[in-house]
Amino acid sequence: MEKKLPTIEIIEKYCKGCYICVEFCPTKVLEMKGFVVAVKDLEACIKCMQCELRCPDFAIKVTA
Amino acid sequence: MAFDYEKYIRPGKLPHIWCPGCGHGIVMKGLIRAIDTVGLKKENTAIVSGIGCASRLPGYMDCCTLHTAHGRAAAFATGVKMARPEMDVILVGGDGDGTAIGGNHFIHACRRNINMTYIILNNKIYGMTGGQFSPATPTGDKASTTPYGNPDPPFDIAKLAIGAGATFVARGTAFHANQIDKLITEAIQHKGFSVVEILDDCPTTYGRRNKFKSVIEMMNHLKDIAVPVKAAEKMSPEQLKGKVLTGVLYKEEKPEYTEEYAKVIQRAQAAK
Amino acid sequence: MAKKVAFLQGNEAAAHGALYAGCKFFAGYPITPSTEVAEVMSLELPKVGGKFIQMEDEIGAMSALIGASLTGSKVLTSTSGPGLSLKQEIIGYACITEVPCVIVNVMRGGPSTGMPTGPSQSDLMCAKWGTHGDHPAICLTPASVQEIFEETVRAFNLAEKYRTPVMIMPDEIVAHMRERIVFPEPGELEVVDRAPVTVPPEKYKPYDTSFGDIPPLAAFGSGYKFHVTGLNKMADGFPTTKAEYVQAEEERQVRKVEANKADIMKWEEYKVDDADIVIVACGSTSRSARYAVDVARKQGIKAGLFRLITFWPFPEDRLLEISKKVKAFITPEMNLGMTHGIVKGCIEGNAPVLGIFRVDGEPINPEQLIDKMKEVK
Repeated sequence: MEKKLPTIEIIEKYCKGCYICVEFCPTKVLEMKGFVVAVKDLEACIKCMQCELRCPDFAIKVTA
Repeated sequence: MAFDYEKYIRPGKLPHIWCPGCGHGIVMKGLIRAIDTVGLKKENTAIVSGIGCASRLPGYMDCCTLHTAHGRAAAFATGVKMARPEMDVILVGGDGDGTAIGGNHFIHACRRNINMTYIILNNKIYGMTGGQFSPATPTGDKASTTPYGNPDPPFDIAKLAIGAGATFVARGTAFHANQIDKLITEAIQHKGFSVVEILDDCPTTYGRRNKFKSVIEMMNHLKDIAVPVKAAEKMSPEQLKGKVLTGVLYKEEKPEYTEEYAKVIQRAQAAK
Repeated sequence: MAKKVAFLQGNEAAAHGALYAGCKFFAGYPITPSTEVAEVMSLELPKVGGKFIQMEDEIGAMSALIGASLTGSKVLTSTSGPGLSLKQEIIGYACITEVPCVIVNVMRGGPSTGMPTGPSQSDLMCAKWGTHGDHPAICLTPASVQEIFEETVRAFNLAEKYRTPVMIMPDEIVAHMRERIVFPEPGELEVVDRAPVTVPPEKYKPYDTSFGDIPPLAAFGSGYKFHVTGLNKMADGFPTTKAEYVQAEEERQVRKVEANKADIMKWEEYKVDDADIVIVACGSTSRSARYAVDVARKQGIKAGLFRLITFWPFPEDRLLEISKKVKAFITPEMNLGMTHGIVKGCIEGNAPVLGIFRVDGEPINPEQLIDKMKEVK
């Protein structure tokens, strides 16, 4: 059976590019593109929600 | 499932004013989750603050919000709670606002044990005015007004609250994001004056003056210094050097102020 | 039924006036010579289900007052000189956020600790200019115990009607004297309540000028959610630095009082019509002045008294009118010339203004006034 991927929604206008989500993602799903965060490797996401929890800017929503 | 923070945020108010990497947004999310867990009604919840970066938090919240004068949040909130005890009252502010200019109101709110929750976002600095030292800045640290290092000893805010008579005192950090809502939830549910100190980071005005190379370094520092109270019981004073206790630090049941005043009303009316 | 008559102290009358007006919350801090107001409120408020709280300091008391007022209560505090200085921070907050509140300030000597038990009228300027920034000011200066009661009721009415702080400032003599007072029956004096909000919560804005210069104020805890800040704000209560909003809001706040001066101002003219010399005075000084007018008239001096019951806004236009027909004004006051300066400023040089200034803790007596009248050429 194919793995169901989560959705990681990034609200770019809220993101201030602090790197917290990039750094504290245990599987390195995210990266910085210019001044805002972007999804680099969705396949690697383990839905731990750390990025959403830690984002100070209300800029990430993870839907499993 | 993503948590629906928008339910509690005023439409069109984001992005907030806080700097990149400032932990205030993390604490605000914790507060929102706690409000959701407890099931507070927005129109029945007053969120009161003073002046400073942290004190801008109420403006984003879709509740009855009161952004007061510097240091005065606890006194304004006392008026709200006394006049309408059925409202849930939450205070938010920084270390300078709450323990310097607002120190007197803070300790007396603790002493009265009035049923409100005070969340102090302690980033050890006056951020909004550009990084002057606060009563929470460690001795020796650099601030814009301590260019040769801070000669002042700092307050331990949680101890101050306990000493002044607060009946629930907890401490968390912006790194331990998952714990923030749990501490605030317990604080709101506690009957009496509850204080939750959240150690926070200010990369812009504190970090860069004190040899923190990045937001991440500041976050990791919070992780490194935090020791849960339970774990600390098994540690020696030597091991605890430079560490900060986190979790629920103090809790006791004592008469609550608005309930005591309700008895005053009963006595006055019986004597009439 | 005969009306209730009592022998009351001025400060006690202020407290009873507040209760008559429907005051339900008092926050204060002990200070001489106003403490009796707090003492009576601590005794009487709980009887009517109201709340009394003694705060940790004067600023805290003023802050708690605004918090309580925002929940819909009519609120009172009392203080004196140094306390008024401390309260100024939050008086400014009440001005910009437009939260009704009443402050009894019993005037004692100053600056600083000054003469705590001595009378004075030296807070008159502080009532208008004490807090920083442009703001409206309403200040009432009653001269008898009965008048303290009635003016306190009026202070609440003005605060609620114009959404602004109102100060009632008896001097220490009036505040501490005991006189006969006839309690008005309920309904005898007008009592103004806060204007009701007529829009549903989702449409409510705390500074919505489509309702005019004085938009209705909703209460926290009544189903309305809104934001209150001491920053310059827009109609929805949120901060702004946009020039057009800031200018318009500041002007509106001041206009609330300036455009309604006729409703707010109150004075008494005693034998002014044919007077050559008009004494302009308030509080206990005006009592000496009234006596001096009667004595002077017997001596053939055509004297009159212009008694200020509302001190701010100041009745400049009326004094200018009077100045066209008189030989001189006399301003007796327990300060170094506060009323004197304002009168001089508004009469366009039409007549000389002679001052009697006492700051030695002693009242101004009628003899001093008659001597001064005799200096008029």
